[in-house]
Amino acid sequence: MTRFLAKRGILIGVMLLGLLTLTFFISHVAPGDPAHLRAGPDATPEMVEVIRVKYGLDKPLMTQFYVYLKGMLVGDWGESIHSSRKVWDELVIYFPNTAELVIFSILIAIVLGVPIGVLAAVNQNTAIDHFLRVLSISGVALPMFWLGLMLQLFFALKHPLFPLNGQLHVLLDPPDPITHLILVDSLLRGQWSLFINAAQHMVLPALTLSVPGMASIIRVNRAEMLETLNKDYIVNARAQGLSAFRIIGMYALRNAMLATMAMIGLRFGWMLGGTVMVETVFDWPGVGLYAVNGAINNDFAPIIGSTIVLGFFFMLTNLVIDIIYGVLDPRVRTQI
Amino acid sequence: MSESPLLSIQDFSLEFNTFDGVYQAIADVNIDLAKGESLGIVGETGCGKSVTAKSILKLVPSPPGRVRAGRILFNGEDLVQASEERMRAIRGLDIAMIFQDPMTFLNPVFTVGNQLVDVIMAHQRFLPQRESRSRREARDYAIEMLRKVHLPNPETQFHNYPHQLSGGMRQRVLIAMALSGRPQILIADEPTTALDVTIQAQILDLIGELMKDLGLSVILITHDLGVVALLCNRVVVMYSGQVVEDASVKALFDNPAHPYTQGLLAAVPHPGRSSGVLSGIPGQLPNLLDPPKGCRFQARCSKAMAACGEMAPLKRIGKDQSVACWLYGEDGHA
Repeated sequence: MTRFLAKRGILIGVMLLGLLTLTFFISHVAPGDPAHLRAGPDATPEMVEVIRVKYGLDKPLMTQFYVYLKGMLVGDWGESIHSSRKVWDELVIYFPNTAELVIFSILIAIVLGVPIGVLAAVNQNTAIDHFLRVLSISGVALPMFWLGLMLQLFFALKHPLFPLNGQLHVLLDPPDPITHLILVDSLLRGQWSLFINAAQHMVLPALTLSVPGMASIIRVNRAEMLETLNKDYIVNARAQGLSAFRIIGMYALRNAMLATMAMIGLRFGWMLGGTVMVETVFDWPGVGLYAVNGAINNDFAPIIGSTIVLGFFFMLTNLVIDIIYGVLDPRVRTQI
Repeated sequence: MSESPLLSIQDFSLEFNTFDGVYQAIADVNIDLAKGESLGIVGETGCGKSVTAKSILKLVPSPPGRVRAGRILFNGEDLVQASEERMRAIRGLDIAMIFQDPMTFLNPVFTVGNQLVDVIMAHQRFLPQRESRSRREARDYAIEMLRKVHLPNPETQFHNYPHQLSGGMRQRVLIAMALSGRPQILIADEPTTALDVTIQAQILDLIGELMKDLGLSVILITHDLGVVALLCNRVVVMYSGQVVEDASVKALFDNPAHPYTQGLLAAVPHPGRSSGVLSGIPGQLPNLLDPPKGCRFQARCSKAMAACGEMAPLKRIGKDQSVACWLYGEDGHA
């Protein structure tokens, strides 16, 4: 296990370096002049030049990369040209918000997706199954930004059940941080009205972000359940007189979950990326929105910083999924 | 056969709905099992012997499987009509089954002990109150069962996963599982096919021993005539979903009556005596999507006649022998 973790840890380091290199060069060779944008439309060429020199943008690309890498090694993630603040300080504020959104979305996707998949498999080729199939295929196919907009239109504007956007009402202050997740912290501190307000703000964006993931979890879990229910050990379990509930809910589901776990991991990663879209639509103050603003302003350090953070958690998720495999499947356990 | 049989399959027909049409897997099968008897069902792959066995416990998935006609009487109760809830009370407790491939019939993600205890606990609700067990007692009982099937180190193996056990050990676990509900009938569906020859002998010895100790009635499904000779006292020969012959083991080996049985016995190689070329039955299995009318063996039979267009009923031709063939007239002679 230690060997396995060490190997994977090194691998994640190598992948992060690759990701950083790619993002650095892609963002730097893309057209646009950050210094010009920062200086504003009325700036004189001299003022633009001052900014360019200050941020080292006048140096050759390789030198800039070298300087950036050297900074990263000592924990300096660079500075946003736009806000003049350290990228690390901003990520620390934004990341918990993204984490909160993604965690709730994946929970919704799992808690609804897995049982619905089982339900569809058990009722294979009946009206229920066909209905759920239409639902799940639409879920995969719908573009997230469109779905978000429609939900806003319907549930925030036409029928104002939920707030349109944001993470908290503007007049409310977030709770004193414990975990930095607003829902969790307000609960821990017993601030009920705050909790309810935060929960209301969470519903629409979390739903939007969870739908594609939920749909693919349904599809994979249905297919896996169908395959598992045809396995010999299920026939044996029936022949021995086990109840249908135990056969489906324990004997089959645990085997089906092996493949479904892979999809959950993949979808968790997608959701981290999907936050870029959902946070923009719902004005959610997270890393995704931060990255989008960085891209609009040609602000390199925030773009690279957000990508590294999201990429790191993507890789971490895959590692966690591999460990869960070991928990679920004893045959894998002996190999790691 | 004076007293009524323990299990009686009567005029049983079963078909599968497939994309290509209706596959008529089992046609008018009649098989009786008396108490304490050990019955072998032999036939080649696809002859319907496994499907017949699974039908007894209602394990044929439906759809696509569908019983077209017939009854399966167990102690006078028709299992074809029984509810799923009623079947749960029968499975494992009255009629238990073990299968062909121990590699795939145990759940890979639970320990063998866990699975065994699950089966024992599932039986609880169908047992009288005084016999009910706690999970801890079920555990002790499970280890006792594992000891009974001669699994080495049962306490250790109890905590192991199926992939940590050899094929023979897994088959022992499955046998322990099947017998944990103290059934009257054990159906063994090719229990040794997937095992090494030496392990086969051990498992057959074990089944023979348990049959005697527990007074089990056994249905043994196999294509191995040697296994039948070793363990059974009666044999039913099936061909392509039909019963062609039903006889005591001695009568069948001494005097096979049906042309198919004769061909089958002639195909058994005798070491030292054979010419080096294995003999077989010419022709191939009929297509059961569109089976011939009457006897399904007629196309391959050297003695086929016009009457074969209609299936002959099972006719008693000797003390312990019945055959479904028109070759044998009313007096029981060819």
